[in-house]
Amino acid sequence: MVTGIDTARQGNRAQASDPDVARAWTVLADVPDPEIPVLSVLDLGIVRDVRCLDGALAVDVTPTYTGCPATEVIERSIRERLLAAGFDEVGFLRRQLSPPWTTDWISDAGRDKLRAFGIAPPAGSAALAGRRDPALPVACPHCKSQATAEVSEFGSTPCKAAWRCEDCLEPFELFKCL
Amino acid sequence: MSAATPEPAAALLRYVLRLGDNALVLGQRLAEAMTHGPELEEELANANFALDYIGQARLFYAYAGELEGRGRSEDDFAFLRDSREFENLLLVEQPNGHFGDLVARQFLFESFYALQLEALCHCSDARLAEIAARAVKEIRYHLRHLSRWVVRLGDGTDESHRRIAASFAELWRYSGEAFAGDGVDAVVQAHYDGPDLDALRAAWRQNVADVFAEATLAVPEDGAMAGGGRAGRHTEQFGFLLAERQFLQAGVPGLTW
Repeated sequence: MVTGIDTARQGNRAQASDPDVARAWTVLADVPDPEIPVLSVLDLGIVRDVRCLDGALAVDVTPTYTGCPATEVIERSIRERLLAAGFDEVGFLRRQLSPPWTTDWISDAGRDKLRAFGIAPPAGSAALAGRRDPALPVACPHCKSQATAEVSEFGSTPCKAAWRCEDCLEPFELFKCL
Repeated sequence: MSAATPEPAAALLRYVLRLGDNALVLGQRLAEAMTHGPELEEELANANFALDYIGQARLFYAYAGELEGRGRSEDDFAFLRDSREFENLLLVEQPNGHFGDLVARQFLFESFYALQLEALCHCSDARLAEIAARAVKEIRYHLRHLSRWVVRLGDGTDESHRRIAASFAELWRYSGEAFAGDGVDAVVQAHYDGPDLDALRAAWRQNVADVFAEATLAVPEDGAMAGGGRAGRHTEQFGFLLAERQFLQAGVPGLTW
């Protein structure tokens, strides 16, 4: 399973031989997630493929949560950014459900950006976790202490839970491992 | 239960619509509970549950529209069908009641739904399998949270134990319908490698028994089980729920925003 995910991650970039496709990837690197704007859609790992089909650009996007209101906003901003970057036609924006998005696809750069933004990145790997709590330590994004406690399993958006640090006493959000 | 055996394609359509109906009705019930949570954390949890269900309902209805091929949209299925056309389980339409009632309803349903989705991940219809794979991740997270609440209330104070036990006793009669398959379930199992309901029931009972044991709750005796939801025959509360959802489309047909 882990190798499958690593391959998928590299697969993101492997298609970028066509110059237009390569340029589209650089545009996408600046499209922010509307709820966590420090993350780009590439950091989040939701852009699964970009290719050229008969001159039109085709982009595959995997939604995070089924009910996440950001999904439609993200799709619209991807389209707008690509059009603004001079692509005549973004012919095909496909919602690709399978394989389902996992927080394992958040890039290492994305994890660093999350920490800097005050959000703890997901603890552990969804692919390796069993159905029981993995009980992995969660480090405070402010002071890095691992003396942290969950306040609420659910947070302000579907992807986050509320935590607090027992050392620096700051509250913070944890990106759920999913 | 079913007189005629439906054609595979027709059975699949109804199966997907039923999944959408369960998710939509439960999503609406949970939305009704918003601002009534006992504490802020549960308010957040509940809003997240509701959002996941509405999101899942949209995926199922969108797919049902494609299977049907008559141009009906997600909204058409949600807003323009009458009571008899909804084939959700009676369990999901039961009113929220107090917090223990809500936890009991969610726990009983999600213990089943998680297993149903896990089985559907391996069905031969690729689209249904991928929706299930997406949805099951959300439901497992809910179920973990709900299981903790069952334990916390059951193994809590005398009062919380008494009340959650009463909630389960009241709702137990609605827990059998999910496993009483009809022709649609049989055809989906046979033609699309769908869930084996007897296997689901055994796994469900085990999961419920494990959590109840930790919660110091007795598993209620199986008495007469209510049914009919999947034939469009609902409990009284369903009409009110549907009226509230469809009021605007009934008053101003075709209204959009």
